[in-house]
Amino acid sequence: MTPYAYFPGCSLEAMARAYHRSALETSRALGVELRELPDWNCCGATAYFHIDELLADVLCARNLALAERTGLDLVAPCAGCFKNLHAAAAHLREDPDLAEHVNQALGADGLRVSGAGRVRHLIEVFVEDVGLEAIRARVRTPLTGLRVAPYYGCQVVRPQLTGEAAARVTFFEDLLAAAGATPVAFPARLRCCGGSLIATQRAAALALLREVLGAARDQGAQVIATLCPLCQINLECYQPQARRAGPALPAVPVLYFTQLLGLALGIPPKRLGIGTELVRADRVLAPCLRRSRKTAAA
Amino acid sequence: MAARVDFEAEIAHLLYAMKPNPVQACLQCGTCSAACPVASHMDHSPRQLIAMIRAGEKEAVLASNTCWACAACYECTARCPAGIDVARLMYGLKRYAIWRRRAAPALIAPEFSRRFMRMVTLTGRSWEPALAPSYLWRGGVRGVLEEGRMALALILRGRMPLWPRRIRHRQAFRAMLREILPTGGRA
Repeated sequence: MTPYAYFPGCSLEAMARAYHRSALETSRALGVELRELPDWNCCGATAYFHIDELLADVLCARNLALAERTGLDLVAPCAGCFKNLHAAAAHLREDPDLAEHVNQALGADGLRVSGAGRVRHLIEVFVEDVGLEAIRARVRTPLTGLRVAPYYGCQVVRPQLTGEAAARVTFFEDLLAAAGATPVAFPARLRCCGGSLIATQRAAALALLREVLGAARDQGAQVIATLCPLCQINLECYQPQARRAGPALPAVPVLYFTQLLGLALGIPPKRLGIGTELVRADRVLAPCLRRSRKTAAA
Repeated sequence: MAARVDFEAEIAHLLYAMKPNPVQACLQCGTCSAACPVASHMDHSPRQLIAMIRAGEKEAVLASNTCWACAACYECTARCPAGIDVARLMYGLKRYAIWRRRAAPALIAPEFSRRFMRMVTLTGRSWEPALAPSYLWRGGVRGVLEEGRMALALILRGRMPLWPRRIRHRQAFRAMLREILPTGGRA
């Protein structure tokens, strides 16, 4: 397989270290080579759009230019980074005036961008490029009996997909099923975690988190699987506050899809960052961890 | 004499010049408001806000908390039958309010965004602890203690670096940003 340019994003160096580690481990196990983009910068998150849209585009454009130099597809594991990079590439392709302005700025750093390079989310690479068949073939310790809520959140799906197409995605369920887990029917799967409202409009964000946590309880999910650091951090770090903000809700661990897939691929849990959660996952994962140890010993 | 641009046209062109957002095409169908997961926390629903923009009610639009409650989840944008990017419209309104210094002083978001921008301009990367002062004290003493306990738990699990990371090409990076924005000598 052709290698990919890898854009970890700022969260994966901090609160989402487990995502970084498990993304690298699962990719290696699936034969996907990720080459970290040299000297990448912050994608601008959502805050930059409050100040200036052109500035937000140029931040992403620098990363796109660095990736275009490599000639490889750019892969981001963070849904927010993915959406920003993806949207900036589209803006640059559609608007020559914008591209000219951005390139004039990039010239100060000796760079040039066209927007033609592809931007992918890591889960898309696994599902589309590696393929579910190939993943199933590499599963050594299937997550049999584990009820998982597939939480897409917003930015991997919207605004790239609109209308019914956005509502009908199933790739997350498909991937979890390939790992041997049981994806639950999850009505909150495409709802919002609140994003940066957790800092700026706390009450609104907690209400959104309660919606997701409530849906997970209603469906008997033992774990929520995410593909975005912000979703994970909001759902896990602010879970105690969200559970208190209304009628009681049970605790539920929140793991990255790469951690669950990694377990199924037979990668030792420690190398996947399992054990660094604030809401412990070891109890619900116990049967999977036992099987994983047995396979490792065999 | 140049024609005065009315508020509706001004808002429609808040996105970069090549791609106006057609607020004039709004059907007032309310799909955006029905899809919005935070509508109940807004002074006005997205549909109402667009009606106010079209009626030229500038002061009422700027006084409304609606754009600040938007989480940018794009439920509205993905569903609008008239092709309005409602989420980007909300970003546009935030910029409008910040530029004209019309954002309510009690809001956290403008200060949060400014801090974020200064941090990225300086280092090229984001680092959460630099943002905390913009919201930390809003939860009172209990809120501060709770955030502190969480930070400690994250540090113990190796999930909170105590020092920001920086990109290598910082000077060239800042020169690049200076080409875009007059930053008052701060970049």
